[in-house]
Parts: sequence; structure tokens; C-alpha cells
Amino acid sequence: MTLHPILAALRKHKSGVVLIALQIALTLAIVCNAVFIIAGRVERVNRPTGIEESNLLLVTQQYVGAPTGDDEASIDELDSRLRRDVAVLRQLPGVVDVTSVNSVPLLQSAWNGGVAIKPDAQFSFDSKDFSTFYFLDDHGLATLGAKLVAGRNFKPEEVMHKGFRTSIETPVVILTQALANQLYPDGKALGKVIYVGGSKAPSTIIGIVERMQSPGLGQWANSFAWNATLIPQRMDAAFTRYAVRTQPGQLESVMRAAAPALYKADPMRVLDDDGGVRSFAQIRAAAYQGDVGMAVLMGIISLILIAITAAGIVGLTSFWVGQRRKQIGVRRALGARKVDILRYFQTENFLIAGIGALFGIVLAVGLNLWLMQHMAMQRLPIALVLAGVALVLVLGQLAVWVPARRAADVPPVVATRSV
Amino acid sequence: MFAYYVNLGLRSLKRNPALTALMVMTIAFGVAASMTTWSVFRAVSGDPIPWKSAQLFVPQVDNWGPKHTGKTGNPPEAMSWPDAMNLMRAHRAHYQSALYAISPAIVPTRAGQHPFYAGGHAVFGEFFPMVDVPFAYGGPWSASDDAQRARVAVISSKLNDKLFDGANSVGKTLNVDGTDYRVVGVMASWNPQPRFYDIVNSGGFNAQQEDLLLPFNTAIDLQMGNNGNTNCYESPKQPGFVGLMHSECVWISFQVELDDAAQVAAYTQFLDGYAREQQQAGRFSWAPNNRLRSLPEWLAYQHVVPDDTRTSLLVALGLLLVCLVNTAGLLLAKFLRRSAEIGVRRALGASKGEIVRQFLIEAGMVGVAGGVLGLLLTGLGVLGVGWVMPHEIAVLARIDTALLALTVLLSVLVAALAGLYPTLRAAAVQPAWQLKSN
Repeated sequence: MTLHPILAALRKHKSGVVLIALQIALTLAIVCNAVFIIAGRVERVNRPTGIEESNLLLVTQQYVGAPTGDDEASIDELDSRLRRDVAVLRQLPGVVDVTSVNSVPLLQSAWNGGVAIKPDAQFSFDSKDFSTFYFLDDHGLATLGAKLVAGRNFKPEEVMHKGFRTSIETPVVILTQALANQLYPDGKALGKVIYVGGSKAPSTIIGIVERMQSPGLGQWANSFAWNATLIPQRMDAAFTRYAVRTQPGQLESVMRAAAPALYKADPMRVLDDDGGVRSFAQIRAAAYQGDVGMAVLMGIISLILIAITAAGIVGLTSFWVGQRRKQIGVRRALGARKVDILRYFQTENFLIAGIGALFGIVLAVGLNLWLMQHMAMQRLPIALVLAGVALVLVLGQLAVWVPARRAADVPPVVATRSV
Repeated sequence: MFAYYVNLGLRSLKRNPALTALMVMTIAFGVAASMTTWSVFRAVSGDPIPWKSAQLFVPQVDNWGPKHTGKTGNPPEAMSWPDAMNLMRAHRAHYQSALYAISPAIVPTRAGQHPFYAGGHAVFGEFFPMVDVPFAYGGPWSASDDAQRARVAVISSKLNDKLFDGANSVGKTLNVDGTDYRVVGVMASWNPQPRFYDIVNSGGFNAQQEDLLLPFNTAIDLQMGNNGNTNCYESPKQPGFVGLMHSECVWISFQVELDDAAQVAAYTQFLDGYAREQQQAGRFSWAPNNRLRSLPEWLAYQHVVPDDTRTSLLVALGLLLVCLVNTAGLLLAKFLRRSAEIGVRRALGASKGEIVRQFLIEAGMVGVAGGVLGLLLTGLGVLGVGWVMPHEIAVLARIDTALLALTVLLSVLVAALAGLYPTLRAAAVQPAWQLKSN
């Protein structure tokens, strides 16, 4: 079968060809970028935080009329309240372990700062040696379910406490693997020292955890998402947080029991109805709501696009089939088989979709470049564009199947009528 | 003739119900997707204080220097306490206010109620006339209240409902974090979005109501914690709240009102002079590096409209473009299929203009039908926007008459645009050729 008659016919109805090709090109460009956005979001949402997320909840509360936490006496007063709260939570039925903590992964509330292997290192906001700081106690690793891959956990006697506005000073730290490797690329970080948050005193690395994501999700925080420094301290402030691990199946009941038990110990505190007691699943959902929503929206728009383009191909090809019934009849009368007619329309569609796809590649890359320039967007991988090309070609073939079958069914006798 | 063409159009559209439905749905989906995303975009890109935004400015003073600001060299986005206080003391603008986010606890007087958070800001009395805060009862506190660190408060009508059952509570006592304050004003409903006076901490949009405004100096006096970001390049040299106050950490927002270009120029000069003074005093070891952005410039610089909102609108408009091309193709097929009919009409004396009118009306009818279905889908889309957009942004999307009118208008416009080329092709049909071939 030669292409010549197809090309000749296409030249006859240029405008229809241009419209379908244009539609396919635009569809390819938009769907490629939309799918790329979806893939990015799915990857972001599926990143493991490094902690054991099920059966975990977080209590956030604030004492009313509490001392400032700026002098020794008030720090001690706040510390005794904190330890009492931890004890109250530990005694709840169904609770496995509890730690005081300043934040947890995905919470979007963080204490971040610079870390260095030398004292007096200078930091600006584009330097890469940033880390988030997690202040927790010797139950921290077990409660959060972070996996220790080298060294050891904090000992109870290593856990100190400090006012929340006092600068960081700690003899020992645990780092995430990512941060340890960044500071000591030779992989021998264990036992070495680092300087935390501009501190003049060294901190010895006593342990390394596999992975623990930072609480922040913004662009800046994302640049050091896997850098975490675990510090064995209770942070004494009017505002405190407690992470609680429950026995399987006990999460709901512990969540219900936590607030009344804490109020009973001290009613002069705020435990917000919405954010006071939250399961980690709720924290995760809130953190990624925008990303999941964006993926869903892009998915809906892509599906509508594909459906409309397919319907458009069916519509226009049907029209062409109707218009050419006579020619088809003549070809059939002159000996063309049904399959030849079918092939004709399939080849025609392949040509049009191919032209559209070529323009579509250019448009897709152009749109991607524009998005990269004006919004936070990565470079479109070429494999995705090629997959998109394959998609529109297959889509075209599927859409053309119905009208092409109808064309193939045109009987040769049509040729003899009304000439 | 119009009624006749409408009649002809109806008949033609009824002849191919599947094709008609396809075109109507194409337009409806395209328009609804665009209008839904536009309703969100409109809400987040709007001017929060249109009658005054040109007079409001955000000053930035570089107290960090090139070593700590990084490659961009942009001054910090918030201010340190010493700089904020120096600018307040100089008092060079018509109105000015340093402010910071607070979230203290309110202790209800009724038995059995637990304390709860009241989000808000610590501001100066000038803040109220500067951003035109509306009052239901009472009013702002005075400059002498600011100076004397008075225990006074302005509360939202929502908080007033909760604590005082909506009655005029001016003069009543309010317990905040264990300290008694006298209510001097109750705001009428006021919830500007984006939260333009504190973009740095709200990110622009905040589902939380502004419930409590306290005098800045009073809050500082009571060492009320900052509920926003605190950024430091080094730990404060002294411990505690006092250490934070005297450090180079930035945590205070600042807003000024400047009424004309001369005032803007004078204030820019004043900022430079201030930075030079600090340089001479040895606090800054770099040349003045200040900014004075008008509110619209500040919102743009802070990237208040989220990228996701822009991208969604862009992609939805792309969908609309595809819908337009698709409808154009289908109308072309539909119209040209009737070449014979057009030939007969032309031969019987219809002018090209009349053919154009007939087919544009038919296309317009598709547009109107698409618009009606599009209205329904837009309504569903705006209601469902909470599923796909962050909560604080989704709540801002509204259905109003402007949106509905624009939906129908856009549908008809898209249909007319899509119908333009097919109509011209139809009008160009040669009657003789058509009559011969049949």
C-alpha cells in the first residue's frame, strides 16, 4: 500500500487535518506536563519519613500563665510540669512509649540550624550544611520508631533539659545517615565530633539512624530534608509536644483518653480541639493535602483532555467516512478488500497523529521550559515525552477504529448508485 | 429571521444528537475547568485592600550583611527588634506599625470551660487607621496606651460572641495568659486575605481568624512569645526573651503608610540615612542595603499566589484551548456535511451574509447550551475545590454573579470562535458546484 493516495486525500481537506493535528499536539503537550507534575507529587508523598508512622500520635499543648523559662528556677518549674505530663501519658492504658519532642517529620514547625565539623563555621541561607534539630529523650528512638544503624541510643543519664530560648549545647548527638555522610564523606562519622547550631562546644556522634525526615516541606527545608540532628534534651517552655506510641488497635482510645488525663493533671493549659491531639496519619494528610490535590486535579484534567481528543477524532473521521462513501464504494468495486479500507483510515490517522505528535513534542518541551522559568518545575524527562507520543498514537488508532470499521463495511454496490 | 435561524439550528442540532451532545459537553468541561481554577486564582491574586494598597509600604533593612544573606544579597524579610524600635521612634511615615504574630491563651471566666488559643498580632495603635480595621464597638487604643504599655485589647466579633455573647464588651475584662486586659474595641467582621500585613508568617493565607490585637509594647513587656518565624544566623548572645530582643534575629513585620511620591522618596532617604548611621556606629559593616516595596510589589515579591494555583489555571486554560479546537473541528464537519443544503439556499437567493448568520447562530446555540451545563459543572467544581486545593485557599473560592456571568459569556465566546472558521468555509460553498454534483 502506498502513501500517495492518502497524502493526496489529506491535501483535499487540509483544515480538518490541521485541526486534529493541532488538538493532538496540544493534548500531548498538556498531558505530558500534567503527568510529570503528578509523578513528582506522587514521589514526594511516597517518600518514607524514616519513622514508624502507624500507632503514633502527637500531643501539642501550652500551659497558661506559665513562667517564662528564661531563668533557672522557671526552667526547673517547667521541666517538672513536662516530666509530669510524660508520666501521665505513659500511664494511659494502651500506651507503649512516650517522649517529649519539639517536632516530628512533616509537622511543618521546626528548629533548623547549621552544623559543622569545625567550630566558628559561618552560615548563610544558601549553604548546604543545614540540619533540623529534634530534641527528644532516651525514649525518642523507640517512640518514633527510627532505625538505629550504627552506634547506640541515648542513655537516660545523658538526657538534659534546657529553656527553649537557651542556645544548644550537647555533649552527644545522633545523626541521620544522610547528614553523617555529608559531614564525613569517608563514612566514619561515628565517634567523631560536630558543632551544632553555632555552638562552641563539640558534640560527639554516638549513633546514626537510617533516615528521619525534617518537619519542613517548603523549598528551603526540602533542600536538607534528610539532615536531622537528634539532641537528648527536654525543651522546657510553656509550649510542649509529646509523641506517643500505642499498642496496635489502641490509637483511637489513647487519643480519646489523652486530653482528659492531661486536663486532670493540670487544667490551666490549652489543648486545642483541632490540633491538640493528632494521629500521625492526620499530620501526614495535612502536610500533603496540597500535593495530593494537585495530582488529582492534573489527573482529572488529563482524563478530560484525552476523552475529548478521542471523541474529536471519532467525530471528524466519521464525517470523512460519510463524505467518502462513494469513493470507498468505487475502491471496493475495483477489488479493494475490507482490510484495505480499514488500513487506509488507520494509516491516515497514524499520519495525522504523527504530525500532531511532532508538534506536540515541541509544545511539551516549550511549555515545560516556560514552567521551569516561571514556577518551580523540573526538566521534563525525554522518556515521558516519548511515552506521551506513544499514548497519542495508540489513542488515535483506538479512536479511529469505530469509524474505520464502518468505512470497511461500505458495500461495493454504493459505487453504482446515483452517479 | 433570527427566530427562523434558531429553528434551523435546533433542527440541525437534533439531527445528530450524539455530535451535539459531544460539542456541548466539550465546551462545558473546558469552561467549567477554567472557571473553577479561575475562581481560586481570582481569590488568591486579589488586592486585599484595593483602596489603599498603593499607599502601604514594607521597609526592609539589611542587618545581616553580605556574609549571611547569601548569594541573592536580599535583606532579611523581617526585622530585628532594635531596627523595628528605631523606625517606630523616628516616626517618619504618616502611619507605621511594627507587629508580630501572637497566639496566647484566653482563660474563660465561666466555670467548666478550658482555656483556648486566640491568634492575632501585637501591633501599635496606628495599625488600625493604617489598614482601616472596621469596628463594631469602641475603637483603637491611643498613642499614650502604646507608650504606657497599657493592658488593653481589641478583639474580633467572633471572640466577642464566644466570651460576651455578642454584647458591647468595651470596658470589660479579658484574661489573656493569666493577665487582665481591658477591651477597648470589638472589630466588625474583618479577615483580609491574603493577610497582607504579615505575609512572612502567614504565607499569605491563613484559615485562622484574627481574634486578638494587643499593644506591641505591652506584649514585649510581658515577654509574649512570637508565634511566627524567628530567623537567626547565630544564637543570641544573651539567653531568654531579652536575648532575642537584643539579637540580630529577625522576627518582626513592619508596615508604613506613605501618601505620595514625595513621602516615598523621603522615607527611602530616611532608611538609607538610618543604615548609614548604623554603619558609622559600627553595627553594620556594609553599605546601606534597604528596600521599600509597595504592598502590591511586596505581595508579588513574596510569591503570595501559590505556584500550584497558577499552574492549575494555566493547565485548565490549555484544556479550554483544546476544547475550542475540538469544537471547531466538529462544527467544520457538521457544516460542510450540509454543503448541498447550503448550495440550494444560496441558489434560491440567500446571501453569504445570511449563511454566516445562520451558522454563527447555530454555533452560538451550542455555546449557550455549553454555558448552561458549564454553570452547573463550575458550581460543582467550586464546591469540590476543597478536595484538590489546600484548605486555607479552597475556602476563598466563591461563586458570585460575576463568575456565573463570565461562565456563560466565555462559553458563547468559545463557541463563536470555534464556529468562525467553519462558518466562513460554509459561506464559501459554491452553489453551482453543489447543485451539479447531486
